[in-house]
Amino acid sequence: MFKWFHRLGSPKIFFEMSGRWQVPLLWLSVVMLTGGAAWALLFVPPDYQQGNSVRIMYIHVPAAILAQSGYVMMSGAAAVFLIWRIKLADVAVKCIAPLGASITFIALLTGAIWGKPTWGTWWVWDARLTSTLVLFFLYIGVIALRSAMERHAGAGRACAILALVGVVNLPVIKFSVEWWYTLHQPASFSLTEKPTMPVEMWLPLLVMVVAYYLFFFAIWIMRIRNEILLTEKNTDWVKQWLATR
Amino acid sequence: MNLFIASVQRDLLVHFRHPSEVLNPLIFFVVVISLFPLGIGPEPGQLKEIAPGIVWVAALLATLMSMDSMFRSDFEDGSLEQVVLSEQSTFIFVLAKVASHWLLSGLPLVLLMPLAALLLFLDEAGIWALTLSLLLVSPTLSLLGGIGAALTVGLPRGGLLVTILVMPLYVPVLVLATAMVQAAEAGSETIGYIYWLLAILFGAVCLAPIATAAAVNVATDQ
Amino acid sequence: MVIQMLQVRNARCERDGRQLFEDLSFSLAPGELLQVVGGNGSGKSTLLRALLGLYTDCQGDINWSLDEAPLYLGHRLGIKQSLTVIENLRWFGVLREAPVSQDRIDEAVYKLGLTGFEDSLCAHLSEGQRKRVALGQFLIMDNPCWVMDEPFSAIDADGLSFLMAILQEHLDVNGGIVISTHQPITIDRPINTLALQ
Repeated sequence: MFKWFHRLGSPKIFFEMSGRWQVPLLWLSVVMLTGGAAWALLFVPPDYQQGNSVRIMYIHVPAAILAQSGYVMMSGAAAVFLIWRIKLADVAVKCIAPLGASITFIALLTGAIWGKPTWGTWWVWDARLTSTLVLFFLYIGVIALRSAMERHAGAGRACAILALVGVVNLPVIKFSVEWWYTLHQPASFSLTEKPTMPVEMWLPLLVMVVAYYLFFFAIWIMRIRNEILLTEKNTDWVKQWLATR
Repeated sequence: MNLFIASVQRDLLVHFRHPSEVLNPLIFFVVVISLFPLGIGPEPGQLKEIAPGIVWVAALLATLMSMDSMFRSDFEDGSLEQVVLSEQSTFIFVLAKVASHWLLSGLPLVLLMPLAALLLFLDEAGIWALTLSLLLVSPTLSLLGGIGAALTVGLPRGGLLVTILVMPLYVPVLVLATAMVQAAEAGSETIGYIYWLLAILFGAVCLAPIATAAAVNVATDQ
Repeated sequence: MVIQMLQVRNARCERDGRQLFEDLSFSLAPGELLQVVGGNGSGKSTLLRALLGLYTDCQGDINWSLDEAPLYLGHRLGIKQSLTVIENLRWFGVLREAPVSQDRIDEAVYKLGLTGFEDSLCAHLSEGQRKRVALGQFLIMDNPCWVMDEPFSAIDADGLSFLMAILQEHLDVNGGIVISTHQPITIDRPINTLALQ
């Protein structure tokens, strides 16, 4: 297992292996995304309270889930980089940060769009929206630090430290914001605590969540491959690879 | 321990000789507080209601203003790399820097709190709660801010970046502290909040200097 | 067989896509002085920082066998402008956990030619005088190895001969010195030279 892990840490081997996965992965995710979206938008029955606006859930909820686990994945890669000094892990951190920020932005945006018909206003300081906003700021911090340190050799380690500090804080932030919300507002419009979702509603949701993950991984791998080509552009294997294109 | 005491002494001495760096954030704090009545209107009831939030946000901004200088002069004059080179623990040094930062920026803010509270018509219970909450939270602010300060120390203009990096980390203490003041004003029990703030402070003392020390090592690695 | 203070094998360093040095192997024994020479930007400072572990983006083996970490004089002097000469010297002692007596500090101040400036803030000193304060760390402590990056810059002729004298003294007590400079070193000892392109 560990040997495999180390082998994968070599940019060249990662590049070769991921070259085989990336296309099927991307296709699978695109098929699942279109299929899931069509299912959710056309065939799922409208909610008896929210009507058709409930369909935004299929875009919003997977994004919100992925936003959080994206940060956890980023700090996982950061930890790998700090502990084993595997350069590839740093590349992974660098490539996932803008992706995570975008997906968090999508979660915020769709949350706001969903909020308009349900709450009558674009923005509500709802516990989940607020902690997603803070999560967005955490991502922005990592991206801002990286771009400010562009010319420093220590940029990778600095960003990894920041990502780890963020992931330690994430549960504290989530907890405090949730608690702050219950303190300030009675839970009059709870969207997320639905009684029980019928199977014809959660099954497409599950498909969408999986599709989001696959798509996210596919894009992440593509970005990492790009970055590898850039940093290794002077090595023989990249030159060979380019010659065969 | 020797290093801790010597380092705090050294920082106090340096700032005693150049007090403006310490005074500016405090003046900033008072100015920001006095801007709010001008913007919102002098009506005491309204000011009293939003006072905890105003005071807290102003205190956070004032702390962040002073944060950038925590390691900057030590980095620029080479003291920081001498610390890393010596066989002394960077953890202890960082803790000492945080302690002197708190003595020079956190503690004066705590002492200014009653004044700020008076300007905004807080009642006595509110003033006490506000001062106590800042006393409990300001060390945490210095500890967490130190991480941002160390991460950006090698960058030419790190000041604004520190704010972006550190602000999200301040959310929990901001929420708890303002809630504590509001609870005190409403006459309810605040001991629960005190425990929470102490728990966060304890966690920050144990963990934040690890990250800060690691960031210091990155900054001197060039 | 002499026990080496420092042994370097196959050091290699690349910075901003440029090869600074590669396949660098050398050692430093007690009583030896190693002079690193090379043009601007040839990686002298980087090499010294890499030896000390301050710069980590280098490959190769760097092994120290010392009880106490080497003393270092870098481009950034480690001198606080708003502290006095004495306070700065004391701080060096605190950092190295070395008990530094007042006598020793007085002696160092005298040797450094800073008599009368003991209680001046370093902000009020000249560039050369500040460098002398930073050199003071070598006089108040007994660490066996010194690493000096351009110690002669901003130093006048008096200072130069004084510096040569302390280098000689340190080698005589079996200390080791790694120094980067263009200045010819006029001491009564064989000098190892390491040239970087």
